[in-house]
Amino acid sequence: MQADPLDGTTELVRLVTCGSVDDGKSTLIGRLLYDTKQIFADQLEHVEETSRRRGDGYVNLALLTDGLRAEREQGITIDVAYRAFTTPRRRFQLADAPGHVQYTRNMVTGASTADLAIILVDARHGVVEQTRRHASISALLGIRHLVVAVNKMDLAGYDEARFREVADAVAELGTRLEVPDIAAIPIAALHGDNVAERSGAMPWYDGPTLLEHLESVEIAADRNLEDGRFPVQWVIRPMSAEHPDYRGYAGRVAGGVWRAGDEVVALPSGGRSRVVAVETLDGPLDAAEPQMSVTIRLEDDLDVGRGEMLAHADAPPTVTRRFEATVCWMSDRPLVPGARYAVKHTTRTVRAVVDEVFDRLDLETLEQVRADRLELNDIGTVRLRLSGPLAVDAYRRSRATGAFILIDEATNDTVGAGIVVEATPG
Amino acid sequence: MSTLSHLDALESEAVHVIREVAAELERPVLLFSGGKDSIVLLRLAEKAFRPGGFPFPVMHVDTGHNFPEVLDFRDRRVAEMGERLIVASVQESIDRGRVVEETGPRASRNRLQTTTLLDAIEQHGFDAAIGGARRDEERARAKERIFSFRDDFGQWEPRAQRPEVWDLYNGRVRRGEHVRVFPISNWTELDVWQYIAREGLEIPPIYFAHEREVFARDGMLYAASGHVELEDGEEPFPASVRYRTVGDMTCTGAVPSEARTLAEVVSEIAASRVTERGQTRADDRFTEAAMEDRKRIGYF
Repeated sequence: MQADPLDGTTELVRLVTCGSVDDGKSTLIGRLLYDTKQIFADQLEHVEETSRRRGDGYVNLALLTDGLRAEREQGITIDVAYRAFTTPRRRFQLADAPGHVQYTRNMVTGASTADLAIILVDARHGVVEQTRRHASISALLGIRHLVVAVNKMDLAGYDEARFREVADAVAELGTRLEVPDIAAIPIAALHGDNVAERSGAMPWYDGPTLLEHLESVEIAADRNLEDGRFPVQWVIRPMSAEHPDYRGYAGRVAGGVWRAGDEVVALPSGGRSRVVAVETLDGPLDAAEPQMSVTIRLEDDLDVGRGEMLAHADAPPTVTRRFEATVCWMSDRPLVPGARYAVKHTTRTVRAVVDEVFDRLDLETLEQVRADRLELNDIGTVRLRLSGPLAVDAYRRSRATGAFILIDEATNDTVGAGIVVEATPG
Repeated sequence: MSTLSHLDALESEAVHVIREVAAELERPVLLFSGGKDSIVLLRLAEKAFRPGGFPFPVMHVDTGHNFPEVLDFRDRRVAEMGERLIVASVQESIDRGRVVEETGPRASRNRLQTTTLLDAIEQHGFDAAIGGARRDEERARAKERIFSFRDDFGQWEPRAQRPEVWDLYNGRVRRGEHVRVFPISNWTELDVWQYIAREGLEIPPIYFAHEREVFARDGMLYAASGHVELEDGEEPFPASVRYRTVGDMTCTGAVPSEARTLAEVVSEIAASRVTERGQTRADDRFTEAAMEDRKRIGYF
């Protein structure tokens, strides 16, 4: 079933899947792709042939998701893979985060852009340590919708009582992590039960299938329509005969709704002006909402360049040279006090020194424990001191203006992903 | 307030990526083949920088075996836009002895393009090459970053990719290194066609059904041209075909089609049960990891 092929108006929803190989994640993804008819004949033929050669004894849909030679050879998943699938109602973009190798780094990567996380659990094992980790990383990264796919119900005898037990544990986890929307769905990915098709084996379950759930979760309300934030990416100044005086600030709306007439302040410089036009190649817009790439023109010629943030003047972000942040560390070399990195935040890059490491998250107990360094795949709280001011918001209020990356200037590697916990002016 | 459509969301993401490359790299170049994906890239660059000009030139790697209709289209389109076109020529690489022409009925210049591309990147000092590759095209590409780092041999190391979180891209390179940037990574073939239809973009005529002399090989139809030697038993015959991808004439297959309008093409794509590379690209059929291997050494 396809949406009207000429109609490009379905909503884009970004998903992340987490779980280990043993939970049947690859099988679930293969099943979602197969049941939504995203698998083409040549891909299926290839999978059938490989399944036969490996002696799998069945068409191993998990093979659809192996991308790299080393992954196929070793039967493991190394890196985040991105896949698309479409239903008549929605266009899904799925980041598939491997469960065991580098799982924190991969999961943070996949979750950073996701609207919804699908967490796999094995019905026989229920909510385990890893489930709690996946859920807590999802919650930390601001994902407001979690769905726990309780898989392998076939191996749990399609037992209602077993599912209820797991679902109760899931609900409790949701409450503890303060996730606004968490659901549990009993499935058997290998056979397709309750993935796209309703299961005949679980008549006691009257909730949505996984796909119905994905199609109906309300994500539009997650956007921050309140805090007007517009990091300037590029200044368009044609200086041509046709446009001698044109000066447009190009960027992607990070928050709020932008309209002509809005009072704005440019930060950190502090200049004030008013929006004359919000426009694109196609002409002026009545309003621009979060995530839209647009060009804003101002009444006054402020000296504003890349790295400045335009903000609605009535509720600006915090301009600061220091903040506390939660950092996911992605490098083999540990993060220690005194270390220096480049911080890229929206379109502005400054240098930072690590003032202090406070604690790290014990991913087994989910408790904060004292720490003086962060090792690879650790998540912990640090205080950064900056070489120049940044205009930031707390991440829990504004994902786009509360997130940053740390870059090691010696190697040019991205070594950390950070979210602003709290910033005080200064 | 209404939500963005998926095409609006994909467009906004891609425009953001293109502006980031222009802002953070010193000498980017946009790779343009005249094919549908790079036509979309040109449109997105207009969306990113108009009424200004592009802050980078447009470059085509010409194998010398390209479809003449596509070359005409390329020259006209770039001239209309008032942008600068660089042509990097595989023929010149052959003439200068940088690469050796393959011979025989299955000779193709497809692999030679990599050397020509890397030479051009070095010659012009480009530190970023913006390309139209998509993650739905092929399994190795599903794992590639939007900003994809290349070392000073142009190599891609899939096991040591930089983490890419939120929309905070790290395009830092040292001298001699570069990044490949794929703004439409998250688009599917159908998204591309829907976008072409929505934006009313012109595409080369070979994307529509037309009469052409073709011959059958390995279950695909190829254009009979001076660039391909026929094997015994391969007899050219006329057929109504269209191209689903545009590449080198020697390794790009045509599909039987009667789709003569954009709407008919989009319907055909939506109903298609075979991937575009599986149906039309001989280069991906050699081994299970053909694309990964070519990408590792610097292919597009």
